[in-house]
Amino acid sequence: MADRYVLAVDQGTTSTRSLVFDRGGRMVAVRQREHHQYFPRPGWVEHDPMEIWANTQRTAAQVLGDVPDAGDVVALGIANQRETTVVWDRVTGRPVTRALVWQDTRTADLVTELAARPDAGLVAERSGMAIAGYFSGPRLRWILDHVPRARERAERGELLFGTMETWLIWNLTGGPDGGVHVTDVTNASRTLLMDVRSCRWDPDLLAFFDIPAEMLPEIRPSVGILGQATALNRSLPIAGALGDQQAALFGQACFAPGEAKCTYGTGSFLLQNTGTELVRTRSGSISTVAYQLAGEAPRYALEGSVAVAGALVQWLRDGLGLIGSAAEVETLARTVADNGGCYVVPAFSGLLAPHWRGEARGLVAGLTSYVTKGHLARAVLEATGWQTRDVVQAMAADSGLSLPALRVDGGMTTNNLLMQFVADALDTPVVRPMVGETVSLGAAYAAGLAVGVWSDIEALRRNWHRSAQWTPTPERARALTAEYRCWERAVELSIAWGAP
Amino acid sequence: MCWVTIRARDGLASGVVPGTVQSIERAAAILRVVAGSGGRLGVTDIAAAVGLAKTTAHSLLRTLLSVGFVEQDPATGRYALGPGLLRLGTPLDVNELRARSSNWADALAARSGHAVRLATLIGTEVVVVHHVFRPDDSAQVLEVGTTLPARSTALGTVLMAHAPAPPAELAEVRTRGWAAERGEHEPGMGAIAAPVRTAGGLVVAALGVSGPVTSLFDGRGVPRSLLLAMVTDAAHAVSRELGHSSG
Repeated sequence: MADRYVLAVDQGTTSTRSLVFDRGGRMVAVRQREHHQYFPRPGWVEHDPMEIWANTQRTAAQVLGDVPDAGDVVALGIANQRETTVVWDRVTGRPVTRALVWQDTRTADLVTELAARPDAGLVAERSGMAIAGYFSGPRLRWILDHVPRARERAERGELLFGTMETWLIWNLTGGPDGGVHVTDVTNASRTLLMDVRSCRWDPDLLAFFDIPAEMLPEIRPSVGILGQATALNRSLPIAGALGDQQAALFGQACFAPGEAKCTYGTGSFLLQNTGTELVRTRSGSISTVAYQLAGEAPRYALEGSVAVAGALVQWLRDGLGLIGSAAEVETLARTVADNGGCYVVPAFSGLLAPHWRGEARGLVAGLTSYVTKGHLARAVLEATGWQTRDVVQAMAADSGLSLPALRVDGGMTTNNLLMQFVADALDTPVVRPMVGETVSLGAAYAAGLAVGVWSDIEALRRNWHRSAQWTPTPERARALTAEYRCWERAVELSIAWGAP
Repeated sequence: MCWVTIRARDGLASGVVPGTVQSIERAAAILRVVAGSGGRLGVTDIAAAVGLAKTTAHSLLRTLLSVGFVEQDPATGRYALGPGLLRLGTPLDVNELRARSSNWADALAARSGHAVRLATLIGTEVVVVHHVFRPDDSAQVLEVGTTLPARSTALGTVLMAHAPAPPAELAEVRTRGWAAERGEHEPGMGAIAAPVRTAGGLVVAALGVSGPVTSLFDGRGVPRSLLLAMVTDAAHAVSRELGHSSG
């Protein structure tokens, strides 16, 4: 049998990437195009949906051209930046405003107001998530409230809502000319509008947020045929869609309860599979849908998002000028044997999981004349390790699941000092897969699984190979448990510092 | 003008110190002229400044261009000092080297089915700076930071062959562009390695696969051609990533 390939589109925060994978899960071609970031006011972040759609078409056509036997590309899967919100006119296909990006904080006041309502407990009860501006439902409400005539037009059924995968699928399948208006269950679970158990739009939540049901896409499984993409140079079934972090969980083959991955990029995102059980969280992690195969029950995950990980290393480079490139942080950190008593809490704009303290502000604690830039570099790297421990502890408290090993991906995983520190801080092995492109691989896996490129998830599991492993050393792990108290105190101080 | 004084001080035209290499002296004089010119001189002026025929100066400049010590403005044809010269004396950061090679090393391991290691010389020691496991999920230990014998390993041989004053017997490794190890370091285990270069052609690391001798080489000890091509291609790809321009 000729080898068969799967096309994946990774629609991310800064760029859109199209990649082709073979049956071994190996990347054979990639094209990428960045899009503009619009910052119209402090705290506002927007993208142009038309630009992103054009970039998707262009990179997909290019990458299909790169593969000599493009006829053997049999399906398309999509992974997307989550919670970014688009509203458009179903007749013209034009967005009514630019997309409100997941980093956008304009809904803060709206969310405070909604959270103060006596019936606000409904949101966490039904959607599985505490009400926060991080999710897409409040952004949709903001558009309905602020874009002229948006609400009346939405109520008349003239406007459509979607997260990025919905917008792309609608355009790929014909746009105004018969485009399919669907979302995948992982993206829908991030709106605050979906009943996390039944995986349907919840009428009470729609009433709470005052959202017209007419504009909502149909919720579909993540793995299964969503429509036929006719807008590329080749017609392909769109057979999978996942939010990017769920895609990374899928690409890392974390299919069993307890299995977890952490993506270390600008921020860090840790997801742990909890199987068919929805865990009610009390310790600061989020319960979210991990994925759903067509005809099967949804699988759930706990999630811990950390806002600043690699961004702190960037700050060391660009803000302080202590290093010339991000990788040099390891060289600088290795000039000393320990952190010299120094701790850096990177609460640049508050702390996300598991603290959820927007008022916290960053601090450097434990400064003495002994501390050098080497100690500071070490403290910067350790901050990412400590934050991982914060999140893992919260998840363990919520789920009771043990963590057999942490699967990691992202740019910071080439930093051996950090990866060993994470292994020691968690007292758990840390493993890195051979294919670092886990987000797009997850999208390819979802689509390929739906059309039979891979027979089942066991076949995907067999594709996963370790490229490196960091094993905890017992005495270091013990020592770090004592040091962790210092980190916790530094976090408390950063919250106190930012308190009004 | 400044370059006239340079010529006078160097005394290039007035004879050669015994035991020195003429073309290196000429290249050094050219570099001084280029450095002093602020990027304003073309080949004719440079040749005049150092008292050489234009064709000789041109071929020296082409060589300096190929190693990155000078660069040429494509619009005006004028020469300036190149980035390779500015980086002399500041060795490539090993962690930067790992970060820049990581994707190619992963791909090499995934395609070849063998473990991949990247090594560099730190002083006189051959140190592993990056290691990708053999993709079979067997128990393996990360070897980053360990040192290898320079003489009995393919990675060490590549690095020694390109180090200052290489032993004569390694000349062949330099010309053919790869080295092999067939059980010399560890019985039954072998490796194939190729040089990784930065802009200007300086070898900064060696990249290679390792595994059982029988799976890397044929019965006569010749590297399996597909595997050898994967190794040299990956080494070229990392070199390109580091700014090395020619094949």
